[in-house]
Amino acid sequence: MKKVFERPKSMKNAIFHYCAGCGHSIAHRLIAEVIDELDIRGIAIGVLPAGCAVLAYNYFDVDMIEAQHGRGPAMATGMKRVLPDRVVFCYQGDGDLAAIGIAESFHAANRGENITIIFINNAVYGMTGGQMAPTSLLSQKTTTSPAGREPLLDGHPIRISEIFSQLPGTTYIERCKVNSPASILKTKKSIRKAFQYQIDGQGFSLVEILSPCPTNWKMTPVESCRWIDEVMTKEFPLGVMKDLPEVKRRKGEQTP
Amino acid sequence: MQGNKVIGEAAVRAGCRFYAGYPITPQNEIPEYMSERLREVEGGIFIQSESEIAAIHVVAGASAAGARSMTSSSSPGISLKQEGISSMAACQLPAVIVNMMRGGPGLGNISPAQGDYFQATRGGGHGDYRTIVLGPATAQEMADLTMDAFDLADRYRTPVMILADGMMGQMMEPVVFKEPGARIYPESYMMRGAGKGKSMIIRGLILDPLDMEEHNWTLERKYRVIAKNETRHELYRTEDAELILVAYGTAARIAKGAIKRLREAGIRAGLFRPITLWPFPENELRDMAKTFENFLVFEMSTGQMLEDVRLALQGHARVGFHGRPGGVVPTPVELANVVMRQYDRKQGIIEHY
Repeated sequence: MKKVFERPKSMKNAIFHYCAGCGHSIAHRLIAEVIDELDIRGIAIGVLPAGCAVLAYNYFDVDMIEAQHGRGPAMATGMKRVLPDRVVFCYQGDGDLAAIGIAESFHAANRGENITIIFINNAVYGMTGGQMAPTSLLSQKTTTSPAGREPLLDGHPIRISEIFSQLPGTTYIERCKVNSPASILKTKKSIRKAFQYQIDGQGFSLVEILSPCPTNWKMTPVESCRWIDEVMTKEFPLGVMKDLPEVKRRKGEQTP
Repeated sequence: MQGNKVIGEAAVRAGCRFYAGYPITPQNEIPEYMSERLREVEGGIFIQSESEIAAIHVVAGASAAGARSMTSSSSPGISLKQEGISSMAACQLPAVIVNMMRGGPGLGNISPAQGDYFQATRGGGHGDYRTIVLGPATAQEMADLTMDAFDLADRYRTPVMILADGMMGQMMEPVVFKEPGARIYPESYMMRGAGKGKSMIIRGLILDPLDMEEHNWTLERKYRVIAKNETRHELYRTEDAELILVAYGTAARIAKGAIKRLREAGIRAGLFRPITLWPFPENELRDMAKTFENFLVFEMSTGQMLEDVRLALQGHARVGFHGRPGGVVPTPVELANVVMRQYDRKQGIIEHY
């Protein structure tokens, strides 16, 4: 009988600890599939965040190193500079990237480090129990914004993809979601493109993934998928924010 | 050659090919020197990072990837690096960290001080760990100890700190660089992609308390081996001494000058100078208490190494103290005068409260 579906070779035979309906497991699988398809398992190095995905090394069968909270892009910078022919990627959540690690991420992007960041945006702090994230939406209720996020007190949601697109050091930035079969396939293409750009030496790439967190959103998985479409994408519009390979950029600079 | 540059040159000669740092006085000559020098050597990489925090984590990444790596800073910046130092101790990643101490706490000032002894020798960051701490007292020693630091870091897979101060960094002395040995650091410790083999994990997160405990004991066993094998100290004019000064780094240089004056005044003083501040040469100092009754600790702080001296001597000798914190560098004459006021041959040294 023909095998039509199997575990990617870059994944270990382990059961995810993630909650039902969580987007992390989908994102993990997509990355592993891309690593298989690009045949880069032997040269891939993942840098893991603090947060729910800190245990991702239990699932990926590629070299993985744990970073302190938010420091992934700094660590990835060191690794990639020493090993320019390896494929180095950071997996970061919204707290890891947009709060405690904003400086490390921003400056790695600004230096145009030839690395890839997979940015999971679920608008909440998952592992610590549902506190407000820098990407929490206005009036979104969390355990530290019980009356809803109030802009005068808590500031506004941060649009990382838009902000990073402004940096000349970045090459490819796209915001995706993983709440439907079609969007999952689209996200995979985006991840693949980001990795391919790195392999081609094009510079910094980032894929932001709007990802459901039913446990902390206090919704069913189905409601969570709907919330991404109806609420989250209004604040965080999907699409390619930037696709300007360095090669093209260099050519562009030459023309007056 | 200037002290800061000595460290840079010694590092490159020792095979350091990766430096990340953030400017802070009084050690700016180190990143400046490295930015130029690492261009000249094959595979040399210099990164001026956005912060001290980023610098130590960039270094951690480079170290994990297999490069001999270094960062440097001064007191406030070293505080910021502690997260990464703790993490590297946990993950057993080698690197050399230079601290050119300045006055503190807080922003303090940019004058030479020794107020970071506790931070350096007690670990500095969170958790049960130790950092090897080397305290050079001359430019020559800065060269030698910087080279040794890389070997120690590799041999024990742990961060090593060079603890000097603004005076050491700025002063100029002639230096002869020794020939470095070949690096011994197996590729199996390096993270370079799984290739066709098994994938590798580097982590400090161990959720099971029993496993975490075992990891702690594994590290502790390593620290005991370091304490047994790597402790270093210098004795200066102790053979005929009646009083032993205990000082390290710049303070030890001042102490040597004071000893000359004290001997001219008829007090036979000698010096016990710890070179490794962790591991502290406690057994060696304790043995001194068999022969000597009077010790005086001199530090450019309010009294930090003083605690280690007391722990080592265990009440078997009298311990006096003179301290000048906050970036004040006293003269040998001042120290000699203080010793003459505190020490009486019949009554011994006045014990510090």
